[in-house]
Amino acid sequence: MRGSRALPLAPSRPLLRPRLRAALVAYLFLAPALVLLSAFTFAPLAFGTLLAFADYNVLRPPRWVGLENFRFLVEDPAFGVALRNSLRYLLVVPAIQLAALLLALLVNRRLVGILLFRAAYYVPVITSFAVAGLMWNWMYAQHGVVNWVGLRLGLLPRPFEWLNHPTLALYAVMLVTFWKGIGYYMVLYLAGLQAVPRELEEAARVDGAGRLQVFLFVTLPLLRPTLLLCTLLSTLAALKVFEEVYVMTGGGPFGQTATALLYVYQKAFQEFRWGLAAAAGLLVAVIGLLFSALHVWVFREGGLRPW
Amino acid sequence: MVRKLRSTLGHALLYTLLCGIALFTLFPFLWTLSTALSTAGSVFVFPPRFFPENAGLRNFTEVVRTLPVGRYFLNSVVLTAYGVSGTLLVCSLAAYPLARMDFPGRNFLLLALLSTLLLPNEAGFVVNFLTLTHLRLVNTYTGVVLPSLASVVGIFLLRQAYLAIPQELLDAARVDGASEFRIWARIVVPLSGPALAALGVLSFVAHWNSFIWPLVVLQDPDRYPLAVGLLYLQGLFAHNTRLIAAGAVLAMLPILVVFCFAQRFFMRGLEGAIRG
Repeated sequence: MRGSRALPLAPSRPLLRPRLRAALVAYLFLAPALVLLSAFTFAPLAFGTLLAFADYNVLRPPRWVGLENFRFLVEDPAFGVALRNSLRYLLVVPAIQLAALLLALLVNRRLVGILLFRAAYYVPVITSFAVAGLMWNWMYAQHGVVNWVGLRLGLLPRPFEWLNHPTLALYAVMLVTFWKGIGYYMVLYLAGLQAVPRELEEAARVDGAGRLQVFLFVTLPLLRPTLLLCTLLSTLAALKVFEEVYVMTGGGPFGQTATALLYVYQKAFQEFRWGLAAAAGLLVAVIGLLFSALHVWVFREGGLRPW
Repeated sequence: MVRKLRSTLGHALLYTLLCGIALFTLFPFLWTLSTALSTAGSVFVFPPRFFPENAGLRNFTEVVRTLPVGRYFLNSVVLTAYGVSGTLLVCSLAAYPLARMDFPGRNFLLLALLSTLLLPNEAGFVVNFLTLTHLRLVNTYTGVVLPSLASVVGIFLLRQAYLAIPQELLDAARVDGASEFRIWARIVVPLSGPALAALGVLSFVAHWNSFIWPLVVLQDPDRYPLAVGLLYLQGLFAHNTRLIAAGAVLAMLPILVVFCFAQRFFMRGLEGAIRG
């Protein structure tokens, strides 16, 4: 009966008052997680923000420089390119969401072998970027599959050096992000679709609504929480894109495919300009927050009703 | 009759579409496997070869023999085992009071944990490395796994499972004089098997695939896990695509095996994560 408040028949005198004791036990359970979260999640948030206003390169102690880092970033053309690429990367969001939703609708039915297809679409999700990047690098090679298919279908005038092309390379990497992410959002939409009550859709069918109408007026509005979650996750992920670019192009050619986080990585771990890296990271974080806010605003009650 | 024909036709079209999409998602793997199994001919040819030429396992034996892939593989196993067991322990401990105890600050904690899911953590990249430097954990596996052990998604996933355990069971144990720790270890954890498995699988994939953080923290290439090691090797052996392809297949294999056996936990884990 130790730690129990339901039973007042405490034997002899307890060392601590029961309520205090219960709290102590609770916090003991939580201690490992709280210590780790404080050290690696909460503290970095605060310290990183401070670091953005300092000059720090590990050798010398941090020196307060005010807005100097931000001024440098505004004037650095490499950061401009990286930031622009990160914003361009948002193009992948509508494409991936639409494809994942259509895919979820496609596999959300009882068909022989449908589980196998769902699994096949999910496999890219569980692949590491290291392996995915290697595989796609080969496919994008001069004599790779992408060029072959493109030439065969008459989509390409000539074979391209996809990952060495200053403008195409970024879109080539985007396709990999698309390929790797579809299955993830498909499963989330599938979960959302299966939560839609079947009676509602059937009632609409009885009332004479066509398939498209049922989807637009019954299913889609009920999917709104899932849509909000998926597009939000996808937007934040697109702003944070780093690994696929690092593996596939390393930011090249001539820094043309660098993203904002690749810039942060390079400043921090190649040039050891920690303050600058923190400032760039903070800017990405603020942009992410703005997009989240915009997102919630667009999806606010009654916001998504173009039909 | 016409109706039946239309339905058959519809099904044929549907399966063609499903197979077409599967080809898009699976093709890179099939091609890599074909490259890894080929022991003759050139790697890049027009038109691309989809079936291995002179198929054999020679590339696999050679990659294991000539490159430190075996070591990388073992490193990955150690790192993943460390990460998964740590995550399960930290999260299952933390989820218990959040689900089944009443104590001051609980609601605030729940809110603070939830907020970390929305807060962007780009700055963490830089500062976490500095923290590890101060703790002298750079170039150690502890340094690699420590920042990810307290997974907030994992805590909420397990909290959901703990909430479903009948209160009478816990009360009975308390009447019998069991301590909270004993209740957690003997009742709560054993009854949350599926949720723990789901978190275990998710955490396995995350740790096995993790790549940028080990790359930053580990400075000694002998300690690299497979994902990092592969890229390192690709830099050194850029010309020998077949060996690297064999290495890539080896890196994928454990994930595919786990995926085949734990498919429903994958899916359920994701659902739990969005509803939790």
